[in-house]
Amino acid sequence: MSALQTISSLIYLISAVCYVLGVHMMRSPKTARHGNGLSAVGMFLAVITIIVTIIVEGKIDAIGWVVLILGLALGILYGVVKARKVPMTDVPQLVSLFNAVGGGAAAVIGIFDYLLKGDGASLSIAFSLPVLLDVIIGGITFSGSLIATGKLSGHVSGKPITVPGARILNIIVVIAILASAWFMIGYPTNIWYVILALAMSLVFGLLMTLPIGGADMPVVVSLLNAFTGLAVAFAGFVINNQVLIIAGALVGAAGTILTLQMADAMNRSVANILAGGFGTGDSDTSSAADAVPVDVKETSADDIGLQLAYAQNVMIVPGYGLAAAQAQHEVAELAKVLTDKGINVNYAIHPVAGRMPGHMNVLLADVNVPYEQMKQLDDANPMFESTDVSLVIGANDVTNPLARESGNEISGMPILDVDKSKSVVVIKRSMSTGYAGVQNPLFSMDNTQMFFSDAKKGLQDIVASTKQYLE
Amino acid sequence: MSEELFTNLAIFVLSLLVGFEVMSKIPATLQTPMMSGANAIHGVVVVGAFVIAAEANSWVFYCLAFFGAFFAAVNVAGGYTVTDRMLGMFDRKPAAKKEDDQK
Repeated sequence: MSALQTISSLIYLISAVCYVLGVHMMRSPKTARHGNGLSAVGMFLAVITIIVTIIVEGKIDAIGWVVLILGLALGILYGVVKARKVPMTDVPQLVSLFNAVGGGAAAVIGIFDYLLKGDGASLSIAFSLPVLLDVIIGGITFSGSLIATGKLSGHVSGKPITVPGARILNIIVVIAILASAWFMIGYPTNIWYVILALAMSLVFGLLMTLPIGGADMPVVVSLLNAFTGLAVAFAGFVINNQVLIIAGALVGAAGTILTLQMADAMNRSVANILAGGFGTGDSDTSSAADAVPVDVKETSADDIGLQLAYAQNVMIVPGYGLAAAQAQHEVAELAKVLTDKGINVNYAIHPVAGRMPGHMNVLLADVNVPYEQMKQLDDANPMFESTDVSLVIGANDVTNPLARESGNEISGMPILDVDKSKSVVVIKRSMSTGYAGVQNPLFSMDNTQMFFSDAKKGLQDIVASTKQYLE
Repeated sequence: MSEELFTNLAIFVLSLLVGFEVMSKIPATLQTPMMSGANAIHGVVVVGAFVIAAEANSWVFYCLAFFGAFFAAVNVAGGYTVTDRMLGMFDRKPAAKKEDDQK
């Protein structure tokens, strides 16, 4: 080992330690930001090291520098501008986009090294297997994450998209991937083998993601994030660079845990989600009158304002509808009006409310809701007994008492015990079911009133009427 | 199996185990920032982009090196920036609240 190799290996080791400690610190809200900073320091060290290494080695030519610097500069510019400008509601699709390009970069490295061997070169399996895994996994996450981005941002329909004969098409694509694997591992290099592997994995990524409904996208994004980690680790095998292997494996494992936690909170298995076609996640917009059963009590903004003004403890239960209507400012305003008059306001946040775990927290933090007011499931549930008014905004399945009974789609899913509070007000656009497709008996309970409205518009009216009663 | 491959495999497997261990039990509040943070970490692929750019010697390879560098830079720069923005929101909460109280 030359002196340069020794020093660079040691610095890579330090940066790997930074990633692990960084992830560790991100488990607590107090240290999370420093954790991300530490991980960024590790990244900075790794980049400095590789810059010094390629300068000292001196293999890179002038055009190499130009394409490298141009690519990096454009990438940094695009990434930073996007990351700074994105509204908080659009963060999930941005994470998915960054994930797509990460997978793309890993695939590019595999393809590069495969082609660099020259046409007709014979390969050891120790080289060809990591290249193959890198290209295939990288290709799948590239196209899959782009579709996920499209679905989350509305450019691609959030509804499950199935093509006729999808099953047969899937089988053909899998066979083609296996064939490309056979050729890439067992035969001398040929550009068409790697093109076949890349093309088929891109198609597979599309076929995998298109049939999955928008509401399941968070789980899919998390799964693809883990995939990208693995692709990067295999790229590390290809170029024999340990920092890629460590960081990639770390993300691969971390992403898997996150994926399982998310799927768990929805009471669904990852396999079940990937089977697709389950739900759309977007509540339908059919008019309220069509579907309202007679045993539901409807209420007005005026009445809700009165209830809130005379309450002592108010619990706000945000859901998907709040994020969809972008009504976070209105919620925060309502909470402020109430807390200014000494009324206790808290938010009960279900782990899968919104489009990603913690999505509601980010959304509310964006409008300056104090962290202490955001109660997680386990902390929130004991509080409902002493809650005067629970305000359910655009949430459905996460409040459905049917989950406590057996024999239905959501049995066993942890829910918020909204029905235990003295009074429940549900703001919802219509009586349509949530994405699990199950009727919610909460809506027809004695202590429940329904307010059919878009979350944003409804909350504006409620704020106005509440102010009037508080003055 | 070559020594190099074995070393890399051992590192890979142990890193997976560290990843499983360090990630378990994340509060839901932090899951989105955590996903984004992990996403930024796999931006380390940018190191690989440097490695291939140093070896490029014809237009096909220059093109590949360009896309590798561009993709990886978007991942790493965007990933850290957006994660920091998200986490910054939790950060400034106590301060913002104090200001409100003083009013």
